[in-house]
Amino acid sequence: MLGKLNLHALLHGPIVAGAQISILLGSLAVIGLLFYFKRWKWLWKEWLTSVDPKKIGVMYIIAALLMLLRGASDAGMMRAQQALSSGSSHGFLASDHFQQILTAHGTIMIFFVAMGLMFGILNLVVPQQIGGRDVAFPFMNSVSFWLFIAGLVLINCSLLIGEIGATGWLAYPPLSELSYSPGVGVDYWIWALQIAGIGSLLSGINFLVTIIKMRCKGMTLMKMPVFLWSVVGAMMLVIFAFPILTATLAMLSLDRTLGMHFFTSDFGGNPMMYVNLIWAWGHPEVYILILPAFGIFSEIVPTFSQKRLFGYTSMVWAIAAITFLSFTVWLHHFFTMGAGANVNAFFGIMTMVIAVPTGVKVFNWLFTMYRGRIHLTTPMLWFLGFVVTFTLGGVTGVLMSVPAIDFQVHNSLFLVAHFHTMIVGGVVFGYFAGLTYWFPKIFGFKLNERLGRYAFWCWFVGFLLAFVPLYILGLMGATRRLDHYDASMGWQGLFIVAGVGVAVIGLGIGFQVLQLLVSIKQRKSNLDTTGDPWNGRTLEWATSSPPPFYNFAILPEVTERDAFWAMKHDKTPAAKPHYQPIRMPKNTGAGVFVGGFACLFGFSFIWHIWWGAVVGLVGVIVTLIVRLQSDDTEYTVSVAEIEKIEAARPHKGYA
Amino acid sequence: MSQLVPNSPLEASAEHDPDSKTMFGFWVYIMTDCVLFASLFATYAVLHNNTFGGPSGNELFSLPFVLAETLILLTSSFTCGLAMLAARKRSEAQVIFWFIVTAVLGLAFLSLELKEFTHLVHEGNSWQRSGFLSAFFTLVGTHGLHISVGLMWMGVLITQVVRRGLPKATVRRLALLSLFWHFLDIVWIFIFTIVYLMGALRV
Repeated sequence: MLGKLNLHALLHGPIVAGAQISILLGSLAVIGLLFYFKRWKWLWKEWLTSVDPKKIGVMYIIAALLMLLRGASDAGMMRAQQALSSGSSHGFLASDHFQQILTAHGTIMIFFVAMGLMFGILNLVVPQQIGGRDVAFPFMNSVSFWLFIAGLVLINCSLLIGEIGATGWLAYPPLSELSYSPGVGVDYWIWALQIAGIGSLLSGINFLVTIIKMRCKGMTLMKMPVFLWSVVGAMMLVIFAFPILTATLAMLSLDRTLGMHFFTSDFGGNPMMYVNLIWAWGHPEVYILILPAFGIFSEIVPTFSQKRLFGYTSMVWAIAAITFLSFTVWLHHFFTMGAGANVNAFFGIMTMVIAVPTGVKVFNWLFTMYRGRIHLTTPMLWFLGFVVTFTLGGVTGVLMSVPAIDFQVHNSLFLVAHFHTMIVGGVVFGYFAGLTYWFPKIFGFKLNERLGRYAFWCWFVGFLLAFVPLYILGLMGATRRLDHYDASMGWQGLFIVAGVGVAVIGLGIGFQVLQLLVSIKQRKSNLDTTGDPWNGRTLEWATSSPPPFYNFAILPEVTERDAFWAMKHDKTPAAKPHYQPIRMPKNTGAGVFVGGFACLFGFSFIWHIWWGAVVGLVGVIVTLIVRLQSDDTEYTVSVAEIEKIEAARPHKGYA
Repeated sequence: MSQLVPNSPLEASAEHDPDSKTMFGFWVYIMTDCVLFASLFATYAVLHNNTFGGPSGNELFSLPFVLAETLILLTSSFTCGLAMLAARKRSEAQVIFWFIVTAVLGLAFLSLELKEFTHLVHEGNSWQRSGFLSAFFTLVGTHGLHISVGLMWMGVLITQVVRRGLPKATVRRLALLSLFWHFLDIVWIFIFTIVYLMGALRV
């Protein structure tokens, strides 16, 4: 009846029990509060069933930030273990538990923090920036989000019930095969990523079609803000890379459940095929995350320098080049595989080549700042921090693109430090900058600047403290995934410094939480009544903060690149607006049901509860059939209603 | 500054034209499915000699049998095309007739494939036998799974045509289905060539 599931799945010692209890208490508290304030109906009607990208975006970001807390506490535990576990001391984590935490940290940070923040920001910004009202497929957007949540629930379920694989975030076989990982941990990993990954794939299609097909009048491709270009690049990568992940995870799952031999070390399986496939997805994935961060900086730097972006055309071509080249470098993740000198040389050279368009972008931002009127706001601080860390990471990356050097530092902490420099110093800094920048647009008030600055400095200093020692340790020979090392190696001092660094980052996260609370409390004094708090240049600032649900009562027309900037400086008096009825999509609970059934399917499959898997699968299919048969998915907002809403808005913006 | 460029194909005009958005979106989806199949083809290419002492392709494949499957599937693509021509003429009865023919041919293809699979498993050559057979069953089976999804979709749409006739939204859905069906046909051509022909000829 319950497959492999039994009571033993719940018991894993005091540390896990603490996490289990706190997750349960947290969930109970949220449920209790919802009952106490009688907010269930509101939650369901206004949020869970919403197809408004602004609301879906906010839900993505809330989920991702919660996951950031979990991923960061995993990081803290690992750093503490490595700082303590030298010589005769073995720290506080058992070896297997340490490896599980490592898997959870990597998986959660990439799939549920970075991807969540990215799709959150896309949902908030893309429809407004194209001067539109919605994404191309609003229902599919809701399905994507709920599949993301289904994956998120599964990966957290692994902490409550069962385990997660001790295999690292990419679950290389043959270690991840049934013979070496017989538990449910790898299955949790597979199905959480599979379900969330399909959601990401659908989002990729959705946003690409949105940008290609739904831009407002006059916004030709070369008049799009660079953020939109970066999204086009990233979504193309999603479209070409995520199916590879889907196929690869499916094959690994077939190995584990049906006894196939794709990646086993016997019966003619080929583990290196998995490594090739997973990186053919995995390397583009890195650029899927970083390209939107580049796009965010390309909006922030001109805005806070009060100057046009330097080298727009070269920015666009740099994005295009990165998009293409990111599919030609995957083998640099395993030069040591033994593909031969010529193959390694090709991939090494391509890796060096991809640094060129990236360098072009950094110089363009710096030239944008040159002789600009620079406002050192928090988003700008994140950008400046990014320039430092990203250059550091870029330089170490080019260093490792030389196969001969890579052989020395492969799988060492030098590598770990390198990719954290890119992901934390690049992606995370970029998304934090974007969140601070667009926060007033979504919520109608700015975030507290002082606490934001404190948070930035903690993150920045903490980051350097945490990762510069890892570069040194890597050169000293420390490999990744160590839960214990000999005292004679002389590594402990540096590990302690790295641990202090993570504590400082933790302080930064604390400041961010505080910043959010204080800003909400003092929102009256930080209200954005103009819709344009930063003197911005692109269309999202042309409507009020927060925008009405239809974004623009009258869709804007664009004649120039910095469309809103041009509108602001156009002195012709605005004609009296002539409203037209607006068609908007209706809210629907179908997305929630698809996510719920997918989650049931995944959970049942993991535990071999076959009846549950059948119910989940049939549930997904039936929900989709019912929903896709329906022609009653839109409603009309009448002119009278629009006039009423427009009259009540504090500021109508320029559009 | 510069004026609108008239008739530029990427000019935003799709705001109120769901057809153009949906069609483009579905083409992009088909592209993703192409990549999915490409991954499976690549894996098959790497593993096709890894028989681990078991049988290889030319010992297992019967070309006349596969030719029959191929002809059935190609014919179903043709009838699917006829159905779409009928849909363009808004002829409900013909649409229903040709889609039923398509579905019957699809079912025939699927049952032949299942017959081949059960035969292989019966002979002791299941997907557990070798890396080659794992890759074979997965690649061909994934195509079969797509065919099953297509058949289910066809069933849903046939009932929709019966119940509601041929409003614009339904014609759009039929167009997507036919695109999907032709795509599966093309994938099958590749499977026929790379898996069966090259396997039987030991290229």
